[in-house]
Amino acid sequence: MSFVDASRLDRHAYLDSVIHRFDPRAKVLATLVFIVTVVSYDKYTLDPLLPFLAFPVVLAVLGFVPLGLIARRFALAFPFIVLIGVFNPLLDRSVMYEIGGVSVSGGWVSFTSIFLRGLLCVTAGIVLIATTSVPRIAEALGALRFPRALVVQLLLLYRYLFVLMAEAGRMRRARALRAGTSKASMRDAVSMLTTLLLRTVDRSEAIWRAMLVRGFEGELRSPGRLRWRFSDTVFLALISAVCVTLRMHPITDWIGKWVLNR
Amino acid sequence: MHMADALLSPTVGVGFLAASGGVLAYSAKRIKDEADDSKIPLMGVLGAFVFAAQMINFTIPGTGSSGHIGGGMLLAMLLGPYAAFVTMASVLIVQALIFADGGILALGTNTWNLGFYPCIVGWWLYRIVVGRNPTYARLSVAAMLGILIALEMGALSVAIQTVFSGKSELPLGKFSILMLGIHLPIALVEGFVTLGVVNFAYRIRPQVVEASLGIGQAFGQSKRSYRPLVGAALAATLLVGGVVAWFASARPDGLEWSIRKIIGSEGIPEASDTLSGRLSRIQEQKALLPDYELPATRLGTKGSAVRERDPTEAPPWPHVSPGKSLSGILGSLIVLACVGFTALVLVRLRGKGTQASRGGRPE
Repeated sequence: MSFVDASRLDRHAYLDSVIHRFDPRAKVLATLVFIVTVVSYDKYTLDPLLPFLAFPVVLAVLGFVPLGLIARRFALAFPFIVLIGVFNPLLDRSVMYEIGGVSVSGGWVSFTSIFLRGLLCVTAGIVLIATTSVPRIAEALGALRFPRALVVQLLLLYRYLFVLMAEAGRMRRARALRAGTSKASMRDAVSMLTTLLLRTVDRSEAIWRAMLVRGFEGELRSPGRLRWRFSDTVFLALISAVCVTLRMHPITDWIGKWVLNR
Repeated sequence: MHMADALLSPTVGVGFLAASGGVLAYSAKRIKDEADDSKIPLMGVLGAFVFAAQMINFTIPGTGSSGHIGGGMLLAMLLGPYAAFVTMASVLIVQALIFADGGILALGTNTWNLGFYPCIVGWWLYRIVVGRNPTYARLSVAAMLGILIALEMGALSVAIQTVFSGKSELPLGKFSILMLGIHLPIALVEGFVTLGVVNFAYRIRPQVVEASLGIGQAFGQSKRSYRPLVGAALAATLLVGGVVAWFASARPDGLEWSIRKIIGSEGIPEASDTLSGRLSRIQEQKALLPDYELPATRLGTKGSAVRERDPTEAPPWPHVSPGKSLSGILGSLIVLACVGFTALVLVRLRGKGTQASRGGRPE
């Protein structure tokens, strides 16, 4: 888990663009529609998935999300997908396509399909967070009737996330400097974790007192109210409509046939 | 282990979103009933602590690799089951969003695997073993037992969710054994580190550990009833059973496929009443050329090579009309080229001026 990448991605959420300005509820719902559509395809689906790349690419470009960042995030999610997916070519050897005398097994087709799905879903998630900050997403969840306890919890966690991660980073460096090696033993880890834990508990008591002094009554005030505008309706409707249309009709096949027949 | 969106079917993904959402709603209600506002900042910083704790890597003895703790069980031991579950849900949301661990549709399965098992089931075991008088030995056994059971249940759960989603070819039995085997050493290591932390913390500051057990002064009274907890566990089990049953009826191809893989038998009729089956039928009906065929419609009969073919059956693999694949691939390439072109145009149009016009992250 890279601290630097995470904080870079997080900073992008506070830029300003057309995509950033959409209501977070619209973006959360649109992302969910997109992912469910992509995932609903049969496991041997390849080419119908390709047009879906248009969504993350266009949104990323409009939302100033750098492609390098997306590629690095995907590289992190990659090993698990490959770990599970790689069994498909080994277990499923039935021939599915013959392309120029080379036979392609069903396993390779489904593996590539899993890979494509992974690319689409991870990219959609990155575009969501890079154009919508965690506090805005928390507010969106609150507005979508998620329990208030979760919303408050997300807001507080996010507020201390980078603070505590920086603290852990300092502890790690301090240990490495004294020990002369960056490799910590389990015994080292236990004492570092305990120290960090007790510091964290102390910090929470200080925060609690500070919150009480400022009149905390179990609810965090959020700075900006969410406002659903007509453009949000258009955004959500457009994305859902395109997803459903692509899912129901073999668009790429039509285009290919149309070009071939000319 | 975080489940990925790419391996899920919509049914499994949405089903577990509903299941985890149910436990979340119940947990939120319990926290509200507890009415202990001082726990709110503690939950917040302990959620952030999980991320910090995962940065502290250590070398795993005997192997060259390094690992870090998951933290779900530690949260449960410090916060109690419900607050820990809500905290773990928030941790997983932030992990999925900022750290690309797991996915957005996979949040339901991940909250279930990494939140429900350690925070609710693991905590329950922990509470039973520790009892009313915590000793170092009891704390150690309880932490180890809780983590061992919770992690293995989570691993088994990942295997079940993957196989039932039907995207992977892995057979349930072998995959489960593989996952359980891989997670045994992981659980032992996490168990040792966690019990070390809990014992250490108990020695220095016993009230931190006692708080969630309802015996320290933090809660004062210790007359907590276990009936709601048992009820919740029972309800959760029924829910999962229900989800699985519903899934099994709504999407029989995944189940049949796994059965066929495991017992090696054939003759299970082609599942045409599934979601993807129905959708592909719509696709066929709407297609301009009637001979359009999804490979999926043939796949129901795909099986081992030794099986005997019924002559009345549809033609065996490979049966893909070359025209279809060619037009599909060509069409996709055209669409991709259009997307690339649009992206280039958009990059030109959007300019560079508006970037970073709003301030950075609030500190």
